[in-house]
Amino acid sequence: MKELNIAATVENIATVTDFVNEQLEALDCPMKVQMQIDIAIDELFGNIAQYAYNPETGDATVRVEVIEEPLSVVITFIDNGVPYDPLAKADPDTTLSADEREIGGLGIYMVKKSMDDITYEYKDGQNILKIKKNLS
Amino acid sequence: MTIEKNLNGTELNVKVVGRLDTTTAPELEGAVMGSLAGVEKLVLDFSELEYLSSAGLRVLLQAQKTMNKQGEMIIKNVNETVSEIFEVTGFADILTIE
Repeated sequence: MKELNIAATVENIATVTDFVNEQLEALDCPMKVQMQIDIAIDELFGNIAQYAYNPETGDATVRVEVIEEPLSVVITFIDNGVPYDPLAKADPDTTLSADEREIGGLGIYMVKKSMDDITYEYKDGQNILKIKKNLS
Repeated sequence: MTIEKNLNGTELNVKVVGRLDTTTAPELEGAVMGSLAGVEKLVLDFSELEYLSSAGLRVLLQAQKTMNKQGEMIIKNVNETVSEIFEVTGFADILTIE
């Protein structure tokens, strides 16, 4: 297990992505899966950076765990910001026309669709969001 | 991410190289949305776009809404990852992808 504690800022999305990618590369993660995970990081860490502590700032923890058989990774995002369950939001209507469309909820929807599992809990003052992706 | 812009009369061609995400989407928004006056055809070349997140989709939706009023918007050369994102989000139905 590896862990990164870092200021939750938009600028640090790249640092978090590099941190996770380094471990995915060591696992020979397929490029397509890596890109799906990178998108999930942009959505999830990006949300924390923009909303968790707004208008203040704060830190977040990103943890990467590797599970064998089947080979998969679990990435956990933890922050001490306002309680927010992204999974509580209804999925967006993806059949609306461009003019009727709103962008809200689309990011978490993409993550739900591309990951194998996603869970949220609020515990001891922390938002704990976990995503799991099979690599094989 | 880098952006290459080329205006040909009323046709604006924009090539996006790299990743279109929370960090870079505002750059594309600035580069495109401020340049649409008088543009009747907006062509986005995604041949070197690796992937995009919802922040990128937001800019595309904004551009599509504007172009619906004044002409057309075409997206070309999307890779498999980007194509799947358009499918999953229903954007494949509201964008013109060649």
